[in-house]
Amino acid sequence: MGFAALFLRDLRLVWRRPGDVAVVLAFFVVATVLFPLGIGPESNLLARIAAGVLWAAALFASMLSLDRLFAADYEDGALDLLLLAPWPLELAALAKCAAHWGVTGLPLAVLAPLIGAAFGLDDRSLLVLALTLLVGTPALSLIGGLAAALTLGARRSGALLALLVLPLCVPTLIFGASAIEATATGEGFWVHLTILGALALVSLATLPWAIAAALRQAGE
Amino acid sequence: MTTALLEVSGLACRRGGRRVFDGLSFTVAGGELLALTGRNGSGKTTLLRALALLVPPVAGMIRWQGQDVRADRENWCTRLAWLGHLDGLKGDLTAAENIAIAQRLRGQPADLDLIDSALSAFDLSALKDRAVRTLSAGQRRRVALARIAASRASLWLLDEPLNALDGPAQKALHEVLARHRAAGGLAIAATHAPLDGARTFELGI
Repeated sequence: MGFAALFLRDLRLVWRRPGDVAVVLAFFVVATVLFPLGIGPESNLLARIAAGVLWAAALFASMLSLDRLFAADYEDGALDLLLLAPWPLELAALAKCAAHWGVTGLPLAVLAPLIGAAFGLDDRSLLVLALTLLVGTPALSLIGGLAAALTLGARRSGALLALLVLPLCVPTLIFGASAIEATATGEGFWVHLTILGALALVSLATLPWAIAAALRQAGE
Repeated sequence: MTTALLEVSGLACRRGGRRVFDGLSFTVAGGELLALTGRNGSGKTTLLRALALLVPPVAGMIRWQGQDVRADRENWCTRLAWLGHLDGLKGDLTAAENIAIAQRLRGQPADLDLIDSALSAFDLSALKDRAVRTLSAGQRRRVALARIAASRASLWLLDEPLNALDGPAQKALHEVLARHRAAGGLAIAATHAPLDGARTFELGI
């Protein structure tokens, strides 16, 4: 009940201000398109680096909207209402991260294959790219949620957030990119995808508690 | 003879290593309005936050109907309505949406009749479909107060409820508080201005 209310509230807020999401997606497109322009039309090279470039760009893009994830609620006092809600704060943290994933991770997973095609990835790799982003980005939203909660009220929270998030996202980045590489070389991608899924599940099982603890600390 | 619903005994809080208050004890009975007064920095907001369990006290006990409220935090939260010094409203949502969402976040279905009556009590009916960010500070405060009035909570914790309110809005708040108390509700307000029928509790520095 409260979970759904918070999830839908955040989606509605994004719907009222679609610019915030549009900026994230536009950043992803622009950042990835720079690579073919800079490297030149060497399709072999482009296809080889595509996986890493797209995953790293997706990571940066999903980070762009993170610093507002809890900061907006912190600044207008709505965080107190979440802290005082008669249901677990862990669920509230999960609802916020789920909404963040719904408006960044999910559109990125849909958009990435279109960009991947410009890098000369084959059809199978494009499918795997979308799949890995779909499975891997929930972990990015949760890790980012923790960093956003920890940096609440800090000065230069944006830069601090990047320093916290990027190292923690390395495993997700490695297995996301290697799944696509494995597909390109004809190996199976399932191992990489299941590890990616495992990372997302571990994040799901642990991080809502950590985020809730950080939010309580910020509320004091 | 009314019995005390809320009992606070020996409450002590510290912020940043500094003692804010020690050994605070008071009781509030059903239908009572307690006005917390005191100088700036005397700990009015900290006391309200401690009562809402947002700040852990270093000592003391808060009891509701004889039960330690920390033993069942969720049950305690369903009894509370909170108005901080920030309004807790989302600027991109309308006044009515803000109140409906606050009700759902409290785990209750949105009650449109209750929202309408709370909005009209603060003379906001004409503004209910306006995005809150287009409202003035005083109008926003009235929306936040309407959120409290529509909360169905028995204990209202209000931090400077009269802030930014004009004369008619202050009168509306007094009327809403009187109705809440007539229904057996309690309210604790940190305030510098006098509140109708309030028992004053002064915090020293």
